[in-house]
Amino acid sequence: MSAARWAGGPAGGEVTVEQTERHPITTEADVVRVRQVVRGLAVTAKMSLVDQTKVVTAASELARNTLVYGGGGSMTVDIVHSGRRRGLRAVFVDSGPGIPDLDLALTDGWTSGSGLGLGLSGSRRLVDDFAIESSPGAGTTVRVVKWSR
Amino acid sequence: MDRIPILKMGNLLLVSIQVDLQDQLALALQDDLSERIVQTGARGVLIDISALEIVDSFIGRMLSTIASLSRLLDAETVVVGMRPAVAITLVELGLHMPGVRTALTLEHGLALLGAEVRVRLPEDESFDDLDADLTEAADPGASPGQAVSGRAPTGRPAPAEGAWTG
Amino acid sequence: MDVGHGDDWVGPLSAERDGVLTRWIGLVGKVLRSRLSEAELARELGDLYTALLGGLREGGTDLDSESFGELRALLAELSGTRARQGFTPRETAITVFALKGAVAPVFEERDAAYHEYTRFSDFIDELGLFTFETYAQARDAVIVEQSDQLLELSTPVIKLWDGVLAVPLVGTLDSARTQVVMEKLLEALVETGSRHAIIDITGVPAVDTQVAQHLLKTVMAGQLMGADCIISGIRPQIAQTVVSLGIEFGDIITKATLAEALALALRRDGFQLRRTNTAGGR
Repeated sequence: MSAARWAGGPAGGEVTVEQTERHPITTEADVVRVRQVVRGLAVTAKMSLVDQTKVVTAASELARNTLVYGGGGSMTVDIVHSGRRRGLRAVFVDSGPGIPDLDLALTDGWTSGSGLGLGLSGSRRLVDDFAIESSPGAGTTVRVVKWSR
Repeated sequence: MDRIPILKMGNLLLVSIQVDLQDQLALALQDDLSERIVQTGARGVLIDISALEIVDSFIGRMLSTIASLSRLLDAETVVVGMRPAVAITLVELGLHMPGVRTALTLEHGLALLGAEVRVRLPEDESFDDLDADLTEAADPGASPGQAVSGRAPTGRPAPAEGAWTG
Repeated sequence: MDVGHGDDWVGPLSAERDGVLTRWIGLVGKVLRSRLSEAELARELGDLYTALLGGLREGGTDLDSESFGELRALLAELSGTRARQGFTPRETAITVFALKGAVAPVFEERDAAYHEYTRFSDFIDELGLFTFETYAQARDAVIVEQSDQLLELSTPVIKLWDGVLAVPLVGTLDSARTQVVMEKLLEALVETGSRHAIIDITGVPAVDTQVAQHLLKTVMAGQLMGADCIISGIRPQIAQTVVSLGIEFGDIITKATLAEALALALRRDGFQLRRTNTAGGR
């Protein structure tokens, strides 16, 4: 993953960050809280209702992955600016077993557990930028960015 | 733990999900519903999700499972009130919910069940009459001489309205 | 730019303020007379001149410096207003550039060196560029505003029958507009409790893959909500695009015309269409 790829704004412009929050994901109640936190920030970033719903759904999928497959972890979320546009960036980190084959994990329907296998591939379609970093034994980090239109 | 209430109405079960669903709560609903279907001999299940701001793959799967379970137990499930933003997101997510029937509103859902299942209310003594209405409803050709300007007493609302609001 | 020379100009320029302003108003007025009253122009240019002298007095000819803050604000306001009122770029730029001509006699009288006047002229060019930049930004903002309004206007959701809604799409569909239509239609289904939606694309000359996908997703989302969606009026070219792009329209119902789509929706709701008076036949 290249840091530059997702650090760029929608038009490749400079990105500034504000209002960083960090939330643990260790229980199912935390997954619900992640949804509420992301919803609140999406409203602050003036996203349309559909975009809010998309980013909250993506966060819900990723938070559940962090909890169920990563054995718990955290989400860091902030509001980002690039030119006139505002967006929301969320980073999900766990120190679980990691994903051996990322390409496979990003395929629809692939699952290591009992889910539908849409967590990663589906949430990637719901956001504007998606980056994942993982190796066996070293945990998984997923970063997503959604820009308001 | 909290549980989502299941209301019984005649041979229907009605569930309205009003809280942000935790996974365990969703699983509990699945169990509770199948038990209640067997217990009450319900023929139809209506699940109102109009209060849900998101449906992710877990909740989507719960709805699919409930639909499959209830079908095995001889009850039809209709999910009503999905918000537009939720529907658009589900399409983008790539989530299909095979076997889950949906309706825009509770009324449409009732009508849909009415056309499929012989729903009945407890106070409804004249089950035979309702039955006759429903037979007619299922066959649009049976209503004579309806011009386009009138609403035919077929399809969704007519019999259901009489039965449910009366 | 060389700092310190700015205040050399201040003396003569303030001494001849009235003369310069009169010439300036005259030059600009020639171009803008029909659009602005002389009094308005005199006030605008007077304010600009004051701010200009104020900036020069504090020293320097660097437009970005603090001392020119007021001048920048005035220029930005002026070019923004010009842009919104539909002035051409020429009409906007002339306001600043005419100052050169208005000031020239002051330099001539003082027998100023040629390079002195060139430097002043360069400074005015700076002002001109700044004005033009803010003019362009304001114009962009106007365009964005208008296209948003157009988007709203061009996507009406209409009720064809009790329980049957339609969006007649006209013109080129881009991804953004299609998404707006999608959301508006689905919202309207919920608001009105309508079970049928017809997307009529008779007026759409062509679609690309993305737009076709959006239409498809609208229909799928509608079905997920429990509504019936019909697409009507697909032109032959669009049909060819869809097929050649390999887009799967699956079990989506398409009808040749809006009328047929409406007839289908009514039939599904249990209506029968019958002519009762044979005399009305053709």
